[in-house]
Amino acid sequence: MRYSLSAIIRNAATGHKHWPKVWKNPEPKQSYDVIIVGGGGHGLATAYYLARNHGITNVAVLEKGYLGNGNIGRNTTIVRSNYLCSENSQFYEHSLKLWESLSADLNYNVMLSQRGALNIFHTPAQRDAAIRRGNAFSLNGIDSVLVTREEVKKLAPLVDCSPSARFPVLGGLLQPRGGSVRHDAVAWGFARAADRRGVDIIQNCEVTGFQIEKGRVRGVETSRGPISASKVGIVVAGRSTLVAQMAGLRLPIESHVLQCFVTEPVKPVLDTVVMFAAAHFSIVQSDKGGLVFNGDLDGYNSYAQRGNMPVMTGVAESAVSFMPRLSRLRLLRHWGGINDMTPDGSPFITRTPVKGLFFNGGWCYGGFKGTPASGWTFAHLIANDEPHPFASGYTLSRFETGRVINENGAGPQPGRH
Amino acid sequence: MQIPCPWCGSRPLDEFEYGGDATKKRPEGKKQENMEAWVDYAFLHDNVAGRHKEYWQHVGGCRCWLIVTRDTRTHEIIKSEFAVPQLRSNQR
Repeated sequence: MRYSLSAIIRNAATGHKHWPKVWKNPEPKQSYDVIIVGGGGHGLATAYYLARNHGITNVAVLEKGYLGNGNIGRNTTIVRSNYLCSENSQFYEHSLKLWESLSADLNYNVMLSQRGALNIFHTPAQRDAAIRRGNAFSLNGIDSVLVTREEVKKLAPLVDCSPSARFPVLGGLLQPRGGSVRHDAVAWGFARAADRRGVDIIQNCEVTGFQIEKGRVRGVETSRGPISASKVGIVVAGRSTLVAQMAGLRLPIESHVLQCFVTEPVKPVLDTVVMFAAAHFSIVQSDKGGLVFNGDLDGYNSYAQRGNMPVMTGVAESAVSFMPRLSRLRLLRHWGGINDMTPDGSPFITRTPVKGLFFNGGWCYGGFKGTPASGWTFAHLIANDEPHPFASGYTLSRFETGRVINENGAGPQPGRH
Repeated sequence: MQIPCPWCGSRPLDEFEYGGDATKKRPEGKKQENMEAWVDYAFLHDNVAGRHKEYWQHVGGCRCWLIVTRDTRTHEIIKSEFAVPQLRSNQR
């Protein structure tokens, strides 16, 4: 059933008893054309675009747990495309364009709110860097506006712009088209839209091994029996190295915890996304009223989906020094997501040495905002066995060849980005 | 999380700086001759889910480099010793 005003009226008249299931729960078949390992946002998007753009509908998405339990539901929901390196800027701009039409395309409201993404700077050196970045964005056709301290005050009155602030605000670089998206709706929307096009979404089905013959993938072993396919895509950020290991691959990725926090809900106080250059701190108010924010990585390899106390205190200190009025708020929840961190801070959408086996991962902090373009370009790669021009730089070999895509100029330690 | 420092005893996490995988061996010879080994050394780490040998420096204390064995799934610390073998006889 298509979601529409008439569907709401029709179902209201019959007591909302006849809404169909959002997606089917099929038993896995013995074979598919394409298997996607991992039913997160990127995996579901890949399956959807395989069906929508390439007409490949005999596809299974295999998810170890349930939809939406991984990083697609463990982020700060921010979308923007203000990236400096041209490989990243074309990719994330494509992603933002897809976000802009996604609700209509999926027939599912993902609640995109283009409230603007504001990067605040505090020193003349940071201002110079922001101007340089802003110019680079303009050259790449990405909207960006340099704003003064007075304008920051108007855009985000919560920010302490007084001269006595611990980190005085000099101004900011604004991307007006940036904003936030309801993250669960992204998982559910892609799942429903892929399902409607014939994709099998199979939950509680863990991949336990790969069938590889003479350097070519033949299928996967799962907790619900073997399934064959001539093309397999791995999209399991957070667990990439462990899953790839089963296919004999070593990846330049480390797993690190990033914590996110939500305060108790309050009335609307912040209608833009704000990021601060003085610390790794970004904040957005959710539609339910909670202030959602995050800080730095915990700083060491981890697969535990929970965070440590020093980072938690550090983030709270940042919050209060940038926005002193937050000091009266209480934290409602906090959680840790496992990030695939790469040596240059950029992801992989690539072929592997095993024929027919493709890999998507290493998303660092860019995973959520990259969801639609990641699915779009990964589906292109799987369907055509050729990288999409917007993602052709995201190879595994870039560290050997020196063609790294290093947004921060940090590295090669993955935890430094 | 607390890390037992062989000099200073058990100290809180924020006194320490992480130094990464301690199992990597710096390759011999010049870079040009041995590129594959250098790429492996710089970029490819095992990213273990389980017992991980890793460097930590006690920057807020004795400033010694340590090799700590820690479970990356639970953050349990199994072993902590000086990174420099000559110091290990001084271990408390």
